[in-house]
Amino acid sequence: MAFESLTDKLQNAFKKLRSKGLLTQEDVKTALKEVKMALLEADVNFKVVKQFVSGVEERAVGSDVLNGLNPGQMVVKIVNDELVSLMGPENAEIEFQPGKAATVIMMCGLQGAGKTTATAKLAGRLLTKGKRPLLVACDIYRPGAIKQLQINGQKVGVPVFEMGDSNSPVDIAKAAIEHARKNDNNVVILDTAGRLHIDDEMMEELVNIKKNVEVHQTILVVDAMTGQDAVTVAGDFNERIGIDGVILSKMDGDARGGAALSVKAVTQKPIFYVGMGEKLTDLEPFYPDRMANRILGMGDVLSLIEKAEESIDIDEETSKDMASRLKKGKFDYNDYLESMKQMKNLGGLSSILGMLPGMGLKTKDIEGAIDEDDLKRNEAIILSMTKEERANPKIMSLPRKGRIAKGAGVDIAVVNRFVKQFEQTQKMMKQMPGMLGGKKGKGMFGGLGGMRFPF
Amino acid sequence: MAGFFSKIFGGLSKIDEDFYEEIFEKLVMGDVGVRTSEEIVEKLKELVRENHIKEPESCREYLKDLIKNEMKLDEDAYAFEKERSVIFIIGINGVGKTTSIGKLASMFKNEGKRVLLSAADTFRAAAAEQLNEWALRAGVEIVSGKEGQDPSSVLFDSIQSAKAKQVDVLLVDTAGRLHNKKNLMDELEKMNRLINSYYPLVHRENLVVLDGTTGQNALNQAREFSEVTKPTGIIMTKMDGTAKGGIAVAIQSELKIPVKYIGVGEKIDDLRRFDAGEYVDSLFD
Repeated sequence: MAFESLTDKLQNAFKKLRSKGLLTQEDVKTALKEVKMALLEADVNFKVVKQFVSGVEERAVGSDVLNGLNPGQMVVKIVNDELVSLMGPENAEIEFQPGKAATVIMMCGLQGAGKTTATAKLAGRLLTKGKRPLLVACDIYRPGAIKQLQINGQKVGVPVFEMGDSNSPVDIAKAAIEHARKNDNNVVILDTAGRLHIDDEMMEELVNIKKNVEVHQTILVVDAMTGQDAVTVAGDFNERIGIDGVILSKMDGDARGGAALSVKAVTQKPIFYVGMGEKLTDLEPFYPDRMANRILGMGDVLSLIEKAEESIDIDEETSKDMASRLKKGKFDYNDYLESMKQMKNLGGLSSILGMLPGMGLKTKDIEGAIDEDDLKRNEAIILSMTKEERANPKIMSLPRKGRIAKGAGVDIAVVNRFVKQFEQTQKMMKQMPGMLGGKKGKGMFGGLGGMRFPF
Repeated sequence: MAGFFSKIFGGLSKIDEDFYEEIFEKLVMGDVGVRTSEEIVEKLKELVRENHIKEPESCREYLKDLIKNEMKLDEDAYAFEKERSVIFIIGINGVGKTTSIGKLASMFKNEGKRVLLSAADTFRAAAAEQLNEWALRAGVEIVSGKEGQDPSSVLFDSIQSAKAKQVDVLLVDTAGRLHNKKNLMDELEKMNRLINSYYPLVHRENLVVLDGTTGQNALNQAREFSEVTKPTGIIMTKMDGTAKGGIAVAIQSELKIPVKYIGVGEKIDDLRRFDAGEYVDSLFD
């Protein structure tokens, strides 16, 4: 892809939020701006996007978010939840007539939406569920349409009723229902011609079918690749003909399928199935959560959050542990290493130090003072120490330093300098608990969500 | 110019962020896409600065010209219509490929050319029947194979027939499997090689058919087809509905493939040469 992926964009936006610790209205807005762009790139209708985003904003800026430990994560969850609930319900089913009565289903949609294929797929699916469907060729206009339905019907093992192209669709439908009664078919599926929603004459034809035969369910087939116009199309079909549900076709492509959200938003009708391929068995139930993932490219973000959740749990444990150790005036190489790890997780030293309250340092000073390469080397030095040396800095000696220098691949002078630096830090740390006092959440520890920086 | 411009350019009294946001919204609503819409807005901002435009009103022509110039066709865009040519019609299922071929065939036939159709879509059920029907309507000849037959063998027969009959235009229908399926890509490549070896020196034209109601995925389609063949133009179908087909602007700007024809209906003469002016006007209707 030539584009920066939406997932990346979202991740970047949310990363910004996560690293700040507190979620302000401004933060939510920034993140939702990315969400908005993501939805638009997924072809969700502009107006639907606007509505959606303002809804999420209301929820996100609420207190539950501000009180949460991980605000960025909350925004992702809210966005995802909202999408899922908007597109739900899961497992919506076509309503069949009770008992032995035949259910008449009328399929409709634009040209090329995949109606005929979806119709045959639906018939095949109902057949496996124990229904006895009959396919009816009511598309008398498109060359080859009847033939296509016949071939597809044969492939799924469902009989096809046709009367050529010289009878009206109403007459064909009537005759088909009669035929179904005689032949014990309990589901009659009418494949109608594709038409434009602004084609009055053709739309009237569908209205006529509904007037003259009892249609129990009308299903709109919508191409998953449809752009902004999906709302107009679905809205018009629903208004003029009245639909009971939607089949989303061509989901096996790489379209993000924002049309699903648009159509749902404008019709409020459930999405029954999605067409996942060209094989006639490729009709699957609709899962709103998968669709939400797809539209937002959220799968990655969600797993990222999971990972973050895990690491935060660990961090919290160690943080608590370390805090109590520090209060006792203990600070060893393990703590030093842990601090460095936490900093790395937070995305670089200078950004963190820049946020530290009361450090009296400007970002430029910090960047000059601490080289991140130095930190890497320090890490190597600690990693070259034995467990004993790390836990008990006092036992450090010249032979030990020599061995460590070899292990870390540095000169012994560098190790010397580092050990000296560490001892100074240690001294500082011993004084710190008193400096920090016991104020919860206000000091350096609390304010940064349990992170500390012993430098 | 009722609608958009009167609303935007008449309603807003100054050029500010709200103004640009509304232009952006209108572009996105026309399926131009986020990225290209942002680019256009940026360019417009630049023009406004450079030309010291103060009135939203005068922005109108600048914006339209901006897009029109992008979409304008080269002078030789339709040169193939005058030469002996092979036209590959490429596109995924349901975009109106076969219908477009029927319309093109009829158009060329009416211009007094000898036209031959090649039904090389042997994949979709009844594709050949559908094309046959169009051949009848247009009054042109057709070479077809059986469902499941190797499309290249149908093409080979078509080439032989085209040579023997000295046809002016050979229109080749191709299978419309979704563009992200490798098989189709391989198939197209094979057919390409076949033309190069057995029917060289003809003018080659590869027209990608895109559904005017498709959103951002149309760009992916055009991009992926570009990877196996060199598209020389686009046929934008279903432009008679309410969809604007704005993705063509993004395709032109990113892939430099121009729109050459638009389909505006189901009838055999509902195919037009692309008119950038009309298109841009309708984009902002």
